[in-house]
Amino acid sequence: MDFKSAKELLELCARENCAISEIMLRRECTEGETSREDAIKRMARALVIMRESAAGPVYSPVRSMGGLIGGAAKKLSGHAGSPGSIAGGVLGRAMVYSLAVLETNASMGLIVAAPTAGSAGVVPGLLLALQDCRSLPDGAVVSALFNAGAVGYLAMRNATVAGAVGGCQAEVGVASAMAASAAVELMGGTPEQCLTAASTALTNMLGLVCDPVGGLVEYPCQNRNAAGAANALVAAEMALSGISQLIPFDEMLDTMYAVGRRIPLELRETALGGCAAAPSACARCGG
Amino acid sequence: MSFISVFDVIGPNMIGPSSSHTAGACVIAFLAHRMIAPPIVRADFTLYGSFAKTYRGHGTDRALLGGIMGFGTDDIRIRDSFDIAKERGIAFSFTPCLTETDVHPNTVDIRMENSAGDTAEVRGESLGGGKVRISRINGVTVDFTGEYSTVIVVQQDTPGVVAHITRVLSDRGVNIAFMRLYRESKGRTAYTIVESDGRFPDGIAEPLLSNPHVRDVMILEP
Repeated sequence: MDFKSAKELLELCARENCAISEIMLRRECTEGETSREDAIKRMARALVIMRESAAGPVYSPVRSMGGLIGGAAKKLSGHAGSPGSIAGGVLGRAMVYSLAVLETNASMGLIVAAPTAGSAGVVPGLLLALQDCRSLPDGAVVSALFNAGAVGYLAMRNATVAGAVGGCQAEVGVASAMAASAAVELMGGTPEQCLTAASTALTNMLGLVCDPVGGLVEYPCQNRNAAGAANALVAAEMALSGISQLIPFDEMLDTMYAVGRRIPLELRETALGGCAAAPSACARCGG
Repeated sequence: MSFISVFDVIGPNMIGPSSSHTAGACVIAFLAHRMIAPPIVRADFTLYGSFAKTYRGHGTDRALLGGIMGFGTDDIRIRDSFDIAKERGIAFSFTPCLTETDVHPNTVDIRMENSAGDTAEVRGESLGGGKVRISRINGVTVDFTGEYSTVIVVQQDTPGVVAHITRVLSDRGVNIAFMRLYRESKGRTAYTIVESDGRFPDGIAEPLLSNPHVRDVMILEP
């Protein structure tokens, strides 16, 4: 069982009468020559790593290798619930977790790339926040990760997830699309609604450049992971309400890829432009 | 197009911060450490391109040294690999090279020495997402990824050696996925690199070594 596009994926879901996660799991078994149990076990291990990488820095902040970030997750977590906090519930938690994963990553901790290390905070950020707030069982979140995997696979297959090729829209943008789709399935939405959410998420991040200060996966990467999780929440909520989108996910992937190829080299992970070239950033990195 | 697994998307599980600069570097060095008899007592790394510019902030140096000691990309000991190498009595150095630009942006040359005084030099390129390519062994241009079970035969460039290799493999039921031959120059040292889908059967090295023109056999399992 295999699919090459979002259109084919939706056709399979309709034919087999099952969720996107189930189609992706069956695909892994047939095309990846593995058993259902092993695939689920491996994904459950990914969830454990995600949770640990999202929890650590909330309690004990760590300075990043490059020294540009560290402590943000703890600060945001302490701020949540205070009178001055304006982003509560799922959003607040998703932000904390997203920041935390990037802090773990930047301090040489263990993370799960999803789809890349630089965008590793988005998917666990939103899914773990939903799990906390809705008391969802681990099994449901593991399934949701297969859904996210299906969306990311289409991006890898038909576009790109490399910042050096397509900019940050290909990393955090795709991660946001993955998280949005997975969240919709987790909340009982249809496969169509999942990919509508993925399309919305990608649309909103179209054109985002990759401009890491000092060439390091730290700043503004960490902020953008929180933004990617928030954007996924916006996209998922809209899709769950029944709002449809003009542009199907396949076309949005083509669009993102075409835009990515037109982003100048300076703004594709080379640290020669964007935030990386701002005077204050150059001052911190000694050039 | 090769198969994209769900774990290529939700994965790899890795020590951060970068799949190309950290995980990929670790994989290159891990492959390299299988190409010399243990124990390694010295490893010298020359870094090119983006590796040379950003290796400290990406922990590329720690990941390379970890790989030399056999650590996987998800091994938390990578963070402390400098201290662990010192404890194990492994000398190491890192030299950025910014003058040579005619290389892949994330390239490293690794020179290893073992306790017997043998040396080996390996060049690797980190291609992104933790994927890598070994592009040179002891000055000879090669090309393989380490994603498959790989056997590297070091031989003299003379008639009959390749036939010997394929006969040994076919006698033991090995299905060859890719096979390539590289050489220094005519009649000198040559490398036959065979990649297979499944693991090689145990004890495959001995019959390969039975040919007098075969000098060494290295087996890399993913």
